[in-house]
Amino acid sequence: MKLNLKIWRQPSQQAQGQLVDYQLDNVSEDSSFLEMLDLLNEQLIENGDEPVAFDHDCREGICGMCSLVINGVAHGQDREKIKQVTVCQLHMRNFSDGETIVIEPWRSAAFPVLKDLIVNRTAFDRIIQAGGYISVSTGSAADANALPIPKKKADVSMDAAACIGCGACVAACPNGSAMLFTSAKITHLGVLPQGETERYQRVVNMVAQMDKEGFGGCTNMGECEAVCPKEISLDFIARMNRDLISAAFRGISPTV
Amino acid sequence: MVGVMHFPQTTIGKKVIMAISGVVWIGFLAAHMFGNLKVYTGAEHFNEYAEGLRTLGAPILGYAQALWVLRIIVIVSIVAHMWAALTLNQRNRQARPARYTEHKKLSANYATLTMIYGGVAIFFFIIYHLMHFTWGVAGVHPSFIATDPYHNVIAGFSSYGYVPAIIYLIALVFLAFHLFHGTWSLFQTLGLNNKTYDGALHGLAWAVALVITLGFATVPLGVMFGLLS
Ligand code: HEM
Ligand code: FES
Repeated sequence: MKLNLKIWRQPSQQAQGQLVDYQLDNVSEDSSFLEMLDLLNEQLIENGDEPVAFDHDCREGICGMCSLVINGVAHGQDREKIKQVTVCQLHMRNFSDGETIVIEPWRSAAFPVLKDLIVNRTAFDRIIQAGGYISVSTGSAADANALPIPKKKADVSMDAAACIGCGACVAACPNGSAMLFTSAKITHLGVLPQGETERYQRVVNMVAQMDKEGFGGCTNMGECEAVCPKEISLDFIARMNRDLISAAFRGISPTV
Repeated sequence: MVGVMHFPQTTIGKKVIMAISGVVWIGFLAAHMFGNLKVYTGAEHFNEYAEGLRTLGAPILGYAQALWVLRIIVIVSIVAHMWAALTLNQRNRQARPARYTEHKKLSANYATLTMIYGGVAIFFFIIYHLMHFTWGVAGVHPSFIATDPYHNVIAGFSSYGYVPAIIYLIALVFLAFHLFHGTWSLFQTLGLNNKTYDGALHGLAWAVALVITLGFATVPLGVMFGLLS
């Protein structure tokens, strides 16, 4: 395949960025999107140019590092629309020969661009630090089946825990809101008995930190859910709202 | 900031304020629309209804006291709604300073994207509406008679080459969009939605948006097409 690429190039956080055109030939339909970028970078390096910086790690859809907005969709769009996947799982057969592909970084005030297509997502880490954990006594691990957990609750928790924290929800949201991420992290702990103890303090703290990081509010558009490669549902946002309202009645203040 | 006082400062707390004030206004609009339909029962009955609003709760309450309590509730609600809407909107714009060169919307519809514009349009319409039928400002209403609401409606809509009637109909289109997204959205905001009820709530949103706006619309349309005179 032959491709026309328009890629966001920005030397550093402070520098001005712009879209730069590249032509790439001999791209295999079976290569992944990131392999296509590898091919481009090899050519750039051969020509003595600066390669395009982009985030990636596992390349198997589980780490949440890869983060590109492709033709206006976070993680790009699967042409068969079978399922939204991470960029590393997106293949070139979803594009056509001669197509122009626009590649941009996640855009949000809370995720500043560090270089080219790499953004700083440590705001997510600080939201987790504010309450995305459970406090347990150290010692030998309890038997896994010592605490009975209803199947339904375990399922909800697992669905929420599927979140890999890639930030596509923030990238897709016209308000740069992190509510899908935060609500998934609140839910996967909050529904389980181990996480129930800190349930209300957790939601108050994590929402306070989320607001402090400068993420926007939710206007219930559903753009986040539509791009999420892990099918995290808006239901979790409703649940987070419910928990925060409940926490307000309990008079819980943030401790972060 | 202590417990419950912290809540309205959060992005979620502000949305909850919008949801609750939105419910107050949906209730008010439904009652107002129902009252307006009495215009079809003739001048005498309609004027009696308008006067009845002022003697509500009599003889325990004095003239227009109950009405003023209701008015204060809707005024406080809309002020709170607009405060939350405008502060959140400003925050949301700051949270997303750089635009994408290309951005494809996958799920947001026209109604969700235009809430703020529709809201501002509704606000200006409310001011116009008060000048037209409540205060009867000269030049906005051709022949306002404080004691004859029936006359005011008919004259108000048949004057100035139907321009006021058309302004009402346009405002109702904005209102329909606002109510369509708003009614579904408020359940999500209050944490009362999940995938099981999602379809039913969208149905409710359609129903609320259509019943309220079509109910209101019949009055200016009735005057325009000579059904009411
Ligand atoms: C006729 C009166 C009005 C009614 C019945 C109404 C109703 C609603 C409802 C039910 C919502 C959903 C709230 C939620 O999701 O929690 C909403 C959202 C909204 N309203 Fe209104 N509203 C009215 C007037 C206004 C006005 C005057 C403004 C002017 C600024 C406004 C601006 C907004 C905005 C921007 C949203 C979207 C907020 C968001 O999604 O974050 N509304 N409205
Ligand atoms: S590189 Fe790990 S999820 Fe894509």
